Amino acid sequence: MKVELEADKCVASGQCVLAAMEVFDQDDDGIAILLEEQVGDDQLDNVKEAIAVCPAAAIRLVEQ
Amino acid sequence: MAAPLISPAHDGADAAPEFPMSRDSRCPFDPPPGLKELQEQGPLKKVRLWDGSEPWLVTRYAEQRAVLGDHRVSADTDQPGYPTKATAEAGEGKLSFIMMDDPEHARLRRMVTAPFAIKKVEALRPAVQRIVDGLIDDMLAGPQPVDLVEAFALPIPSLVICELLGVPYDDHAMFQENTKTMVRTTATPEERGAATREIAGYLAAQIAKRLAEPQDDLLSSIAGRVTEGELTDAQATEMALLLLIAGHETTANMIALGTLALLQHPDQLKLLRETDDPKLVASAVEELLRYLHITHLGRRRAVTEDIEIAGQVIKAGEGVIMVNEIGNRDPEVFEDPDRLDITRDARRHVAFGFGVHQCLGQPLARMELQVVYSTLYKRIPTLKLACALNDVKFKHDAFIYGVHELPVSW
Repeated sequence: MKVELEADKCVASGQCVLAAMEVFDQDDDGIAILLEEQVGDDQLDNVKEAIAVCPAAAIRLVEQ
Repeated sequence: MAAPLISPAHDGADAAPEFPMSRDSRCPFDPPPGLKELQEQGPLKKVRLWDGSEPWLVTRYAEQRAVLGDHRVSADTDQPGYPTKATAEAGEGKLSFIMMDDPEHARLRRMVTAPFAIKKVEALRPAVQRIVDGLIDDMLAGPQPVDLVEAFALPIPSLVICELLGVPYDDHAMFQENTKTMVRTTATPEERGAATREIAGYLAAQIAKRLAEPQDDLLSSIAGRVTEGELTDAQATEMALLLLIAGHETTANMIALGTLALLQHPDQLKLLRETDDPKLVASAVEELLRYLHITHLGRRRAVTEDIEIAGQVIKAGEGVIMVNEIGNRDPEVFEDPDRLDITRDARRHVAFGFGVHQCLGQPLARMELQVVYSTLYKRIPTLKLACALNDVKFKHDAFIYGVHELPVSW
């Protein structure tokens, strides 16, 4: 699965980092960045949690 | 203001119930029973406010998140239909970007997101631990009983936010006194106004100082935006004021009310006291945020274009109130929602709100509460309430829910 992040929408709540630290990080301004676009099964639940808690609906999972 | 002549069709013959509602004094940690009843009746109900206006109350988790995440609702208190909280609120001015909409909201918010990034907040953890340990040392060395609010809960966020902003410690007492007045509903509008002006004036002077001599703190970075022409002096002061207020009484109330809730749930307190697992501590913080929900007056918005929520069209110009307090007790989302269980996964709570206005300082609040909850009960294992629960005065009338005082001994 591929993760897509719309950084324009990000409000720097940091929730995605807490939910999936291996996949998300923040830049110097606290805006979310992707550490990896491709996520395996081991990270899928964490990414789904990040999507659920993101207040700005800035994260998506897409099938390839 | 006279009551509207036509009662909302939605409610049939019944008049809209008044909001806010009273809690059951025997259940100080639970939302008002009347709100739970409205939630059972449906996702949307009209309520009547102090001024006779009748906004929609959004009662359930999913619909609350949908509205708060919708760009067709406005946080601007000047928008027609915006549900105002009290007479005193009108004309007090807007508190920076929390009462604005995008794109201006986003532009201003992004200027101050940096210090709240997870890693930056983590770097502050040792300093917060020192603050918490120091205050516990002082309490242990002092007389009993002691008021946990005054001796512990209020100084922590105050010291932390002062450190973040770069406010000298000597000015700390002045801050605490004035922010207390600013949120106290028994204060007159004049007293509240005077307290706000005193702090605003102080912050303006501190920012001016940093315009000349920048330091390594948040006030300097705000001052830098003035130099760059991105903020006016007034906007810079407002922003500093917002950061100060937002993190102060809120965190303090979670510390005091959280401690009281744990003392009333000894099995949960025991779990927390005996664990060395940071994950359980973090989980306890989320659960207490969900269970206590101190922002009990709800998130309020004005609808700027017709939107459909749960089959009901909410028209442009109508107000909506999302009482996240009952959203966090929605049985569709949280099993057995009225039970405090620090082992449950409560991460999806809406205690910090939702949408683009979701609390900016939440990583800091979480970290402060993690340090407090993992330290206080270990260092004072016999901590107990030094009065009857009945005698504890709850902040039913305040903007932020909590306790006025919490006498404790050990």
